[in-house]
Formats: sequence, structure tokens, C-alpha cells
Amino acid sequence: MKDKIRIASGQGFWGDLIDAPYTQVTAGQVDYLVMDYLAEVTMSILQKQKNKNPKLGYARDIPELMDRILPICKKNNIKIITNGGGVNPEACAEAVVEVARKHNIKNLKIALVVGDNILDKIDNVISNGCLLNNMETGEPITIVKDKLLSANVYFGAMPIVEALKQGADIVITGRTTDTGLTLAPMIYEFGWDKNDYNLLSAGTVAGHILECGGQASGGNLLADWRSVPDIDNIGFPIAEAYPNGEIIITKHESLGGKVSIETVSEQLVYEIGDPKNYITPDCVADFTSIKLEEVGKNRVKVFNVKGAPETEFYKVSCSYSSGYSAVGTLTYSWPDALSKAKKADEILRKRFEKLNLKFDEIRTEYVGYNSCHGPLSENIDEDKINEVMLRVAVRGNDYNSIERFGKEIAPLILTGPPSVTGFAGGRPKPAEVVAYWPALIPKKLVEPKVVMVTL
Amino acid sequence: MKKIKLLDIAHGRSGDKGDAANVGIIAYDDKGYQIIKKYLTKEKVKEHFNGICLGEVDRFELPNIRALNFLLHNTLGGGGTVSLKHDAQGKTLAAALLRMEVEIDD
Repeated sequence: MKDKIRIASGQGFWGDLIDAPYTQVTAGQVDYLVMDYLAEVTMSILQKQKNKNPKLGYARDIPELMDRILPICKKNNIKIITNGGGVNPEACAEAVVEVARKHNIKNLKIALVVGDNILDKIDNVISNGCLLNNMETGEPITIVKDKLLSANVYFGAMPIVEALKQGADIVITGRTTDTGLTLAPMIYEFGWDKNDYNLLSAGTVAGHILECGGQASGGNLLADWRSVPDIDNIGFPIAEAYPNGEIIITKHESLGGKVSIETVSEQLVYEIGDPKNYITPDCVADFTSIKLEEVGKNRVKVFNVKGAPETEFYKVSCSYSSGYSAVGTLTYSWPDALSKAKKADEILRKRFEKLNLKFDEIRTEYVGYNSCHGPLSENIDEDKINEVMLRVAVRGNDYNSIERFGKEIAPLILTGPPSVTGFAGGRPKPAEVVAYWPALIPKKLVEPKVVMVTL
Repeated sequence: MKKIKLLDIAHGRSGDKGDAANVGIIAYDDKGYQIIKKYLTKEKVKEHFNGICLGEVDRFELPNIRALNFLLHNTLGGGGTVSLKHDAQGKTLAAALLRMEVEIDD
């Protein structure tokens, strides 16, 4: 057994720093590279791409990235784990195989984790007595069944562990929890028992710290943000894991950013609910048990983590089509910037009314004044406001109304208050609104599968 | 009595959980934690976010990292993908809570 492994975070979301995974595998020693590509809305986008072209439906940054890092990872025996397979891990693997062939890489094992996509099996699931009720509203999924765009079960670490046991160099999954990507190599390398919930929770906490990339190593840091050194060259976090469940969060020393109690604590509280019950498919971690200690420069020890057995359910993330939206913006300058923007909003709304446009919601915000903190924003003497961006957004089921909204923004330049600019991007176009439907499914109704592709 | 700015004794981070925003507030030291624990009640936070948080507020304590976590329900205009808000994911709400001033006993 190894006495420790180093797991590097390479992406916090699809759209994160393109060079981060490359930097993670070249600026110092690591054993694993984990990359989270999937946000809730991402799955529906990928499903649409796959519907148009059966060769798509995965994070398309991956082949280009593999072209850069695969030879390096193969040479240094760095294993890659990613959920970037999206709704088409098979096609993603094919693209990676092509890259491997180009570099003449032999003896490569790519594992796919599939079985999470239940879009075609919804009727089956319902007839098995699982109504996939919305976790927030309690409504049954039948009310949006005809509008469903995607439906994916969140798997945990165990299918990835199975893939690693079968010798995988690269694991490409569909919907897998962000935390599972980081926990899996610990279970595999240290032979952790799947019933040792304290150890599983320790790895899960490490996964939570790594899952947003640079957010744990100095990015988006509210505590003394100016203090972060060389943030332009930020090193993403690395979890140095030990068999006893102790984890040291660190980063490559040659890179920028910082790892401190503050950077780790902020990430720990990010997007959590009840901290005593952080539920994953693998365990229920207790975030109130976590202890942190600075044990060196850019080294924070995470220890004493406690946890409880996993639940009998997987979470399911479904998305469905829910009308259209559009956003228009215009910028008004001093003098009277805010009053002008408010007048423009009033004019717009009167025109909408006259045109009998149908919206479910119209929302007006004044960027530079109150778009972040709403009613908490401090009143400012208007003479001191240099400029304000009027931002109007609409949403509704009537496509024609949303489209017409887009045609009403630009005319304000010549038919509204003065000193206005910032209309360069053309008419705002209606975008499809994708709503999210979280549900639970009994674990016995779905079966993760590991498929091996050997080169 | 004296007035303290939360921004001076705490930091934090916020994000989305469906239509709820999560706001985590972390004190810089033990003394600061005692202050936020005592004065940052559910009611006080709900009142602070009047007009922003349209639902209930849940409050959780993490004394191990000197933090409180708040879930502000019905806050993000329908949630990340549906919301028309500029800050659809509530990313700036931790800073919004740190605007608060609390009157504490000397």
C-alpha cells in the first residue's frame, strides 16, 4: 500500500481555466488528476447536443486537453478521473482513444462508468413505484414528463473504484458526484472498507474541498482577498491523502494562490445545507466534526472527520424545458444616470402593455447600483453616480412575446432618455429556459456499469 | 453597548441550492464566533434579507470552524437556471450579510 497519494483538482466546472489540468500534472508530483465538468444545466445542454449528433454529448474540451496531457500522464503514471463523459461517455472515450493512437500510446486502459442516464427508462422507474417526486415541491414527475430534456442518477465513488481495480488509467463517467471523483482513488489505494463511514467521509470532505478548483486555493476569497499571492498563476488545490483518513490540502509550491484555514473554511461552507448531514451516495458526512490545522506554508491538515452510513437512495437530476427568457441591457451616464435608467424601464413596461406582451416575470435591475444586494444597497446621492446599466430580463411561455421584447430594447436609444450607450450585441434572442427537477430513486432500481476500452 | 461591523470580524461564501441560497459566515477568531453565534439569529438574518429572502431561514452551527450556515429559502427567483436575477446563484449574498452591523454588549 502507498503511504500517501496526491490527488490534484484540474477543473471546477466546464469553462474553468483551460491550462489548469496541464499545470497540475507538470508543476510537481501528483498521482491522480480529477476533473469535474458537470453542473446541473450542463447535462441538458449535452443531451441536446447528443440528440443532434450521436457522437457528441460530452465535455468537448477533453480531447484537446488529452492531446496535451495524456503522454505526460502515461509516462508518470498519473491516473485521470473525470465526469466529463456527460451523457455520452462512450463517444468521449472514442475521442480519447483517437488521441492515444495519434501519440502512439500503448497499453492504455480507459474505463467508462455508465448506467446513470435514465431518460429512456422513466416509465419503467414510475411503474416500479418510484414517482420521482420533486424534492423541493413534492410534485410527481408526470407533470413535466413530456418536457424532460435529461434525467441522470448521481453515482458515487464505488463504480470508479471498480474501474481502478480493473486497471484503468483513465476513468470517464457520466453523472458522478464531484466528491466521488476524489474519494474513489483513496478507497482503491488504501483498501478502505466501504462500511468505514469515517474514512469515506474524510475522502468526501476532501472531494468537497477540491470540487470547485481554485476556490480552495485563493480564488473567490472573501477573507483578505488582496493577500493572495500571484493569483494570475493560481495553483489549483491538491489533496494529499493518508491511509488513516488524514488529508493535507496543499498546492504546487511554484504556483500562485494560497492554501490557508480561511481558503479551506470558505470552501467547506460553500453550497452546503445541514452540515451534520452532507449526503452523498457513499456516506453521510458530518461537517461539524471536521478539524483544520495549518501544518506548514500552504498546507492545511483536515482530520477527525466523522460520518454515517449512506442512504438507500440515489439523487436524480432531471431537467425540463420551461419556456423562454431574454435579457437586454443599456447604459446611462451622469448626470441623472439612475433616474434616466428608471425612466427607460417605465417606458419599456408601458410599451409592453400596449403591445399586450405576455410574460410570467419581468425583472429590472440597475447594475452599478443594486443588482447584487437589492434592497440592501446603500442609497447614493445621484450626483455621485457616474453611470448605471439598466438590465431588464423577461421570462414566459409565449415565444413571440419574448422575441418582441428583444426588439424593444434598441429603440430606446433614439426614443428614450439621453446619454445612453452600450447596445452593440444586437437584439437579445429568446433562450430556452431549462428548469431543474431534483428527485430521489431507490438504489436497487439502477445499476452502475463499468465498461473497459483497452488499447 | 457598541456597534460592530460583521465584515470586520467574519468572512464567508455563498452559493445556490435550488431556489435557496446558502450563506456561510466564518468568524476570524473564537471571540468573533461567540458574537456571530449570539447575535446572528434566524430572525435577525431573515429581517436583514427582507425583500430578498421570500421564504424561511434555516440556521446551522459549525463551531469546529467557527462558522454559521444559513439556508435562505425562496431567494433566487426560481433557482439557477430559471432565475432572471443578475446574481442568479446568490454568489454575492455572503458579502450582503456582512453588511450587517450588530450592537453587542461591551
